[in-house]
Amino acid sequence: MNATLGGAPAPLFKRIALQGGYEALTMVRNGEQLILAIVLPLLALVGLTVTPLLDGLGGSRVDVAVPGILALCAMSTGFTGQGIATGFDRRYGVLRFLSTTPLGRTGLIAGKILAVLAVLALQVLVIGSVAAILGWQPNPAGLLPGLLLLVMGGAAFTALGLLVAGTVRPEATLAITNLLWILLGALGGIVIPAERLPGAAQHLVHFLPSGALGEALRDALVHGAVNAPAVLVLLLWTAVAGVAATRWFKWN
Amino acid sequence: MQSPQSTVLSIDGLVKDVGPLPALDGKMLRIVGGLSLVAERGKVTALLGANGAGKTTTIECAQGLQKRTGGTISLLGQDPDTADAGLRSRVGVMLQDGGLPPSARPIPLLRHIAGMYRNPWPLDELIQRLGIDTFSRTSVRRLSGGQKQRLALAAALVGRPEVLFLDEPSAGLDPQSRNIVFELITELRSAGMGIILTTHLMDDAQRLADYVYIIDAGRNVAEGTVAQLLQRNVSPDPSQPHIRTLLFEARPGLDFTGVFAPGIDVRESRAGSYSATGALSPEDLAALTTWWAARGIMPGSLSLEARSLEDVFLDISGRDIR
Repeated sequence: MNATLGGAPAPLFKRIALQGGYEALTMVRNGEQLILAIVLPLLALVGLTVTPLLDGLGGSRVDVAVPGILALCAMSTGFTGQGIATGFDRRYGVLRFLSTTPLGRTGLIAGKILAVLAVLALQVLVIGSVAAILGWQPNPAGLLPGLLLLVMGGAAFTALGLLVAGTVRPEATLAITNLLWILLGALGGIVIPAERLPGAAQHLVHFLPSGALGEALRDALVHGAVNAPAVLVLLLWTAVAGVAATRWFKWN
Repeated sequence: MQSPQSTVLSIDGLVKDVGPLPALDGKMLRIVGGLSLVAERGKVTALLGANGAGKTTTIECAQGLQKRTGGTISLLGQDPDTADAGLRSRVGVMLQDGGLPPSARPIPLLRHIAGMYRNPWPLDELIQRLGIDTFSRTSVRRLSGGQKQRLALAAALVGRPEVLFLDEPSAGLDPQSRNIVFELITELRSAGMGIILTTHLMDDAQRLADYVYIIDAGRNVAEGTVAQLLQRNVSPDPSQPHIRTLLFEARPGLDFTGVFAPGIDVRESRAGSYSATGALSPEDLAALTTWWAARGIMPGSLSLEARSLEDVFLDISGRDIR
């Protein structure tokens, strides 16, 4: 080996982009994750479009369904997908190894967020296309706020996913994130609006990240309105989970 | 490109506590208690110690993977706790558990890590040199221990680091992998890399290390070149010469009382297999052969062994199983 010694780091944006791309590809190639990220949301979308569950909520079935499904996608990818991936990477020492490379801990976290956003973009593309075939007509005034809300939702759920992944064993992360995905997906105000939930749940879901993201996205994409309280709840969850993850995340 | 200084790593009075631990009534456990060492460019520095001696904790503090409780660490002139990408790019790390994602395939993984560096090692050369091409289509989870170690070494080297940390590099290595890895380490040393490795295997240290720190219970207990350590006098009387062992076979049940000088420990390990350990002198050898000659005994075999690093290690850290 006659190469000269003395490494130098690639530029920061390149390191983060590489890690984001690598993790996004890993997620998309994982069959279970793909079911959670694409197949189940698509099934839910079709299910909500062919049943009368969402009738009488101020829009066509598909118009009311799509925002919730997109919110569900953010939860699949940020919380369950990234949570499980990070939990097992932590078990196998991958987080520790990568943090010794020029990527570092900050770059690794940034890469993880980027990976979630990349997969989320793919989900939006697939769900949006199928929804368009089903007759989805989003409120044009709500498209840009909706996109921003999805990014915020992705951030909130990624922070929560990393918090779980960094504090408990990967098997527990697997159980917790899958269970919460089902519970919040069904009863968390994400795909089924609060007014269609049992009385006790109605008030609670406004304070959940799932309910807040679902409500805010519906208000944006159905009515073209900004739901400030829901945005505030979402930001609060992101901040609390972010600070908690920074504080308690164990790298090994 | 290389700084003129020869020191790549200097650790001074490292202290690392973990806890509070419920098993210790909520008290802290001291893993490393005041450990110091220096590693240089173009040298292999080994931390030798039993499992649990604090070797991994020490180098993980040096890598910035664990925050130290006390002491100072300078890695290429910087504090590893505040390492930036520039410092990390000059340091290669091979973790004990590999740290490679189980679902990854070797070559895309290496290519990904290479992308983190501005001017990485040519991948083809590294892949061929470590024999990674022979298992390039297998996912990390299905690799053998030796293949995993070779891949982890490639991942640590791909940025062309000036400093390389190897935590138990020969763990799980089959003899061929071991040769490949050891030859490469020796070559990298000649190229000027500063290599720091931990091992609990004397053989590794004896084969690879220029300088050895023996660690026990989180403290330095001895240090030196392998040769210096082998010559280390551990007998209570500093004027005594080196400890050696005389091994011989003769008929069973012989009583050697009075043959050797006092302090030489004679044992019959198996029937007819004897060992005499201690500060053997030429007079002891003469006395033994004279004693045999007087009794008409011809030994079946006779050999004089210098101490191995293992003996030194066991003398220092005790022969208790821990």
